Amino acid sequence: MSLRDGPLGDMKVPLAWSAAAALVIAGIFAAALLLSGRRDAMKAQTYDAVRHAVDAVAAPVGGVLDAPVRWADDGVAYVRGYFFAVSENRRLKAELAKDGDLRDRLAAAELENQRFRALMGVRTDPPLPMVFARTVAEARGPFANTRLADVGADKGVVEGNPVLSERGVVGRVVGVSSHVSRVLLLTDAESHVPVLIVRTNGRAILSGDGGAQPKLDYVRQSGALKEGDRILSSGDGGVFPRGLPVGLVVRGLDGAWRVALDSDASPIDDVQILLFKDFSQLADQQALAPRDLPTAMTEEPSQSIIGSTPSTTAPPTAKPAAVAAKPASTAKAKKIAAPPAKTKAPRHPPVPTSPPF
Amino acid sequence: MSARGIRTARPLSPALWLGWPMVLTVTATVLFAVPVRIFSLALPEPVFPLVLAFAWAVIRPSVLPPFALLMLGLFLDVYWGGPQGLWPACLLVAYCAALAARRLVTGQEFLVAWAWYGATTALAFGAGFVIAMALAGDAPNIVAIGWQYLATLLLFPAANGLIQRYEDADVRFR
Repeated sequence: MSLRDGPLGDMKVPLAWSAAAALVIAGIFAAALLLSGRRDAMKAQTYDAVRHAVDAVAAPVGGVLDAPVRWADDGVAYVRGYFFAVSENRRLKAELAKDGDLRDRLAAAELENQRFRALMGVRTDPPLPMVFARTVAEARGPFANTRLADVGADKGVVEGNPVLSERGVVGRVVGVSSHVSRVLLLTDAESHVPVLIVRTNGRAILSGDGGAQPKLDYVRQSGALKEGDRILSSGDGGVFPRGLPVGLVVRGLDGAWRVALDSDASPIDDVQILLFKDFSQLADQQALAPRDLPTAMTEEPSQSIIGSTPSTTAPPTAKPAAVAAKPASTAKAKKIAAPPAKTKAPRHPPVPTSPPF
Repeated sequence: MSARGIRTARPLSPALWLGWPMVLTVTATVLFAVPVRIFSLALPEPVFPLVLAFAWAVIRPSVLPPFALLMLGLFLDVYWGGPQGLWPACLLVAYCAALAARRLVTGQEFLVAWAWYGATTALAFGAGFVIAMALAGDAPNIVAIGWQYLATLLLFPAANGLIQRYEDADVRFR
């Protein structure tokens, strides 16, 4: 006997009620999704298979849709270059003449900087490898500020890699598929980046809120900020390397200190993804390698940990006292005398440097 | 009864009033996500599915739209890279409000219906504000929300067109 033949066969549930019931069920699903799926930018497990699949499909689609726009931009730039070549030539000549003096001063400062580094024994960070990418889709709303870049794990991109435009930090990678990466912009509400204020060396956290200019939270010093202060990444926390240009301090409409991002000054369609994972990349791996240290409980001065040189600790010989006393001073003298060691040529173009300040 | 009358007397196919609008909405969302700058200004980013949340509730109550909105919301979360569950909740809030006010909205003038659309959309953005604040621990930018709300508000003619097209398509809901 079918259901229609039974006593309930003629019963009709009002459509409004059934729609309401469906709404309640869908609402429960939505609530469950909300409670279970908090987006955690740095955890790959939350960036689930669905997101990978959608990103993998969306990137080529975005690339195709973006192509006519790029062609139009190139065409406009070509026509503009043709018609404004003379005025541009004049402007460039004037800039060149103005920059001549700046170039000389920069060279002098660079030499002086090298001397000071040699004197103080400062070790500079090696250049980081990077990959170039094009962003093919973007979300600009108040609740999500992300972009899709057309390179992924196949080029060595991993979650957490910093992303730069030609002018400054754009954000960081929060999801990677084989050929696509999702970039969380500095303006996203879940973006929190430790920064430093160059003028005062103060520290703060740059927090996005969905607007164009992220806020500066947790400013450590009172009076540490004023309009126009330059902001760099501080490197605290290890997600971003230290010293990447971020922007300039401005006073927001709400009275809060905010940052006008350097990356806003130019289109961020073309970006560079720094293959920066953590600070162990910057360290000398040989120096970090485990080595046999003498025990601290010894009465033999030459075998004491204190005063021994790293990695080239001489074995105890006939003149223990002299060996223990000399290395530090001789090593320092050699450092002062010798020119600073040249770093190995980068495999990729160097990281864009911040403007002089 | 004319041929047209017979056709409109048939039950409304879900593919017509649910399927195709969904496809169009997804397409529009993808199109507006292209990183275009016109005179250094980016394209607006309206929430196209809010049009459907309002129009579907006004056209007729049904079991399918809540689940369709759930799917569209999930798509927005994944495609825009936002918090999971945010847009499904917002869309369902708008749908719930429009469904509750259905009798008041039906048959109203264009501007009055637009005002109702504005109210339901504002509820959706309000829900988004609260959810985003709870998730991120900080209030989202009001100005950014205002711009997106404004862009979504301008989509009402599309919602009105959908309502006009399908409101009388099924004689049982006249």
